[in-house]
Amino acid sequence: MPDLAVDFAGIRSPNPFWLASAPPTNSGDQVMRAFDAGWGGAVWKTLGNPIVNVSSRLASVDYGTWRMMGLNNIELITDRPLADNLREIAAVKRRHPSHALVVSLMFETRQEWRDIIRRVEDTGADGLELNFGCPHGMCERGMGSAVGQEPAVLEELVRWVMEVASVPVIAKLTPNVTDVRDPARAAVRGGIDALSLINTVQSVIGVDLDRMVPLPSVGDASSHGGYCGPAVKPIALRMVADLARDGAVPVPISGIGGIATWRDAAEFLALGAHTVQVCTAVMHHGFRIVVDLIDGLDRYLCDKGLHSVEQLVGAAVPAYRDWGELDLNFHTVAAIDSARCIGCNLCHVACHDGAHQCIHLPSEPQGAVRVPYVDEPECVGCNLCALVCPVEGCITMVERRRGAARESWNDRVAAGRDRVPGGLGEL
Amino acid sequence: MSRYPVPQDRSEAAFAERYPLLSSAEARAEAARCLYCFDAPCVQRCPTEIDIPSFIRSIGTDNLRGAARTILDANLLGDSCARVCPVEVLCQSTCVYVHQGRPAIPIGRLQRYAMAHGMAPDMLQPASPSGRSVGLVGAGPASLACAGALALRGHAPVIYERDTWPGGLNATGIAPYKFQITDNLREVAFIESLGVEIRTGVEIGGDLGPDRLLAQHDALFLGIGLGPDRRLGVPGEDRPQVVGATHWIRRLKTDPGFRVDGVRRAVVVGGGNTAVDTARELLVLGVPSVQLVYRRGRPDMSGYDHELGPALADHRLQLIEHVNVVEVLDARRGVEVLLGDHSGTLASVPADLVVVAIGQARLDRWARAFPGVTCDDRGRIEVDPHTMATGNPRVFAGGDAVNGGKEVVHAVRDGQRAARAIDALLQEVAGA
Ligand SMILES: Cc1cc2nc3c(=O)[nH]c(=O)nc-3n(C[C@H](O)[C@H](O)[C@H](O)COP(=O)(O)OP(=O)(O)OC[C@H]3O[C@@H](n4cnc5c(N)ncnc54)[C@H](O)[C@@H]3O)c2cc1C
Ligand SMILES: Cc1cc2nc3c(=O)[nH]c(=O)nc-3n(C[C@H](O)[C@H](O)[C@H](O)COP(=O)(O)O)c2cc1C
Ligand code: SF4
Repeated sequence: MPDLAVDFAGIRSPNPFWLASAPPTNSGDQVMRAFDAGWGGAVWKTLGNPIVNVSSRLASVDYGTWRMMGLNNIELITDRPLADNLREIAAVKRRHPSHALVVSLMFETRQEWRDIIRRVEDTGADGLELNFGCPHGMCERGMGSAVGQEPAVLEELVRWVMEVASVPVIAKLTPNVTDVRDPARAAVRGGIDALSLINTVQSVIGVDLDRMVPLPSVGDASSHGGYCGPAVKPIALRMVADLARDGAVPVPISGIGGIATWRDAAEFLALGAHTVQVCTAVMHHGFRIVVDLIDGLDRYLCDKGLHSVEQLVGAAVPAYRDWGELDLNFHTVAAIDSARCIGCNLCHVACHDGAHQCIHLPSEPQGAVRVPYVDEPECVGCNLCALVCPVEGCITMVERRRGAARESWNDRVAAGRDRVPGGLGEL
Repeated sequence: MSRYPVPQDRSEAAFAERYPLLSSAEARAEAARCLYCFDAPCVQRCPTEIDIPSFIRSIGTDNLRGAARTILDANLLGDSCARVCPVEVLCQSTCVYVHQGRPAIPIGRLQRYAMAHGMAPDMLQPASPSGRSVGLVGAGPASLACAGALALRGHAPVIYERDTWPGGLNATGIAPYKFQITDNLREVAFIESLGVEIRTGVEIGGDLGPDRLLAQHDALFLGIGLGPDRRLGVPGEDRPQVVGATHWIRRLKTDPGFRVDGVRRAVVVGGGNTAVDTARELLVLGVPSVQLVYRRGRPDMSGYDHELGPALADHRLQLIEHVNVVEVLDARRGVEVLLGDHSGTLASVPADLVVVAIGQARLDRWARAFPGVTCDDRGRIEVDPHTMATGNPRVFAGGDAVNGGKEVVHAVRDGQRAARAIDALLQEVAGA
């Protein structure tokens, strides 16, 4: 049995699966039920000075028959009194001493930060998460992503916190920046213990075309919101990986964004996350999804002969490179398995109209279906046909190297062979 | 290779599967369609309460071993149940999609997929040995499930089966287009791998009776099923063309010499699932004309409509309602079956084969030989429904012998329920 337990910047957790700071962690009752269901940790819904929320708050992108492939919200931080939250945090910690309980915070003045940290530490919570990510509402008041987008301000705030905090502190970053390494490095300069990302992506999810009001509508108007759910996973993975390979960010990372299955989680871990946090998938299906998250990860580690989560963390980071380092002599071509082909011709039309015109239709069917064929020398190996093919294993990409040696663009630049024929100079 | 060889040229081996194993593309698409309902109606409708939404989600995340494990945790015979359960009236009938007029999730087929790809030999780990032994009579689904569950709790179960093959009706009764004896033997091997001993060719009774069993084991489970096919009780029934249904199906499934080549016209008597199965099997075997004779009307038939309806779409099958068999007469070719109602003889049907599917006898006399064991007036062993304990606190029972003849999944539920109670009893005794 592999060891799923993790030590995240000194915060111990029975497994790497945490609930993200969001509605599922609004109350003690919810967090206790989540721990009972198997979640290893939870980041409490962000505490701050009292706010007022609007109604409605959520809207989603459905894709085909999939509901909530992306979710957008205009909810702010907790709207419950601080005293209630603190009491419940303490109760959860008493009942679940070995689970990881982190409290998310968002305040303005140095004094407020000092006061709240003392109060939170009194509850016995295991760590703090600084919400520098909320991209709507709070940022209009100079908090949340307004801080996350200003590295100097962020660094200053982290310093205030680190002066007083005695438990590990995580800074939660916003993806709404040009280069996520800037706020991350600022947090590290400020002395942060760990990072988590991503918070939600600024978005307008749609428009009610009858009423001419964007969604989710609050009566006759709406505002931009924060986007999350399966749709944002690729954005989050990239940002996590960018930090994981950045030597200037030597702190552990908690990966967040679109995680719904053990496979999603394993991908975050492989790209350098030490724990993962989940919000939308739980809002969709409930705490119970953690059973398959744990079971699936456990079996995956077993299959790969890994003894701990730690061994998976960062395993794919060395293979995450700059474009200029990729091997230009590596080449693949599409191969269509005629025994599997069902004759939909989607690969043909995709390649013909959307790629390089190298999948052709025979005039006569062979047997029951007309199986398209690949003009190999013309195929650039882009994958498009394999991506559109609805039949598992029907189109595979076969390796056809162009040269024995590895050569990247950077190698060519270094060797002075970076001029490609056909440029302006030849006109 | 199974410990129990079966003849190669069985007739059933030629039957095509009605619902073949799903491809991974099909399974994934169906798993993605499942809504993963909370407190799902399908679970409530499964007698063994398999956590259906969870195992289907695990199929969707490509955690097939997790899916198989979820199934086995609730039902040790999850493989045969996936293939023999009448899901049309059980789990699938309650799929919430039905309320939207959309096709239900094919739960049975997804369950089969999970079991086919997700089962691993060491998936379930038995507890350390308790030193207690339990004797089980009959190796049908009830006993297999009970024995498997007992083995997992560390007890040593020994099953006594009079037949050549373990499996009960899973070996010798299920329609071949659903489940064949070879499929059954694979599942039996899995149950044996948990630490279950099966002794075939051993009939309990006579010298090896209640006294010896009670002396040899700490507790007993009676999973003996039902007795031989009931007879019509009409003149001419002894003619060689007239056979009992379970006897005939058993030959179809296990007898190398079994053929129906000469049968041009067959009559099946009865209105239950065995009668409907028999009619469908005769059609698959290519018999040109099959008459299903039932004493009341179609709405009264206990055979499932989802089985009978499609069969009746075949013009070779005719349903004759509201008549009884009055007499079977010798004819120049085969026999003449005289049909009638209370007002007298109505028709005469020529036949080369008459299969009688009007139920099976009860083994109540056999069961009563166990001290304290009682039966109701319909010959069913009486038990406490929560523990499956009979009037004798060391003797438990379940399956067809208790419910009078239901489905495999009910037998499994009974067996597992009894295993829990037997385990509690053995621990109590150990603690005392
Ligand atoms: C033709 C037919 C088709 C069916 N099809 C389906 C179906 O498609 N789906 C479904 O869910 N259910 C089906 N059923 C019902 C299902 O098979 C039974 O409900 C189930 O097998 C009952 O299990 P059991 O363990 O109680 O008894 P059985 O399966 O009958 O097993 C009892 C075993 O006990 C043995 N035994 C009896 N007496 C003794 C003794 N004295 N000593 C030693 N051994 C003994 C017998 O040889 C037998 O092997 C069908 C039944 C029939 C008859
Ligand atoms: C309704 C809603 C409210 C949220 N509130 C907070 C919050 O108070 N503090 C916070 O740090 N993140 C908040 N988030 C962001 C989530 O914690 C998480 O970073 C984001 O949803 C991405 O993860 P996901 O794709 O698993 O949902 C909220 C998200 C949603 C959908
Ligand atoms: S999910 Fe609950 S809180 Fe939200 S609108 Fe529905 S009932 Fe109201």
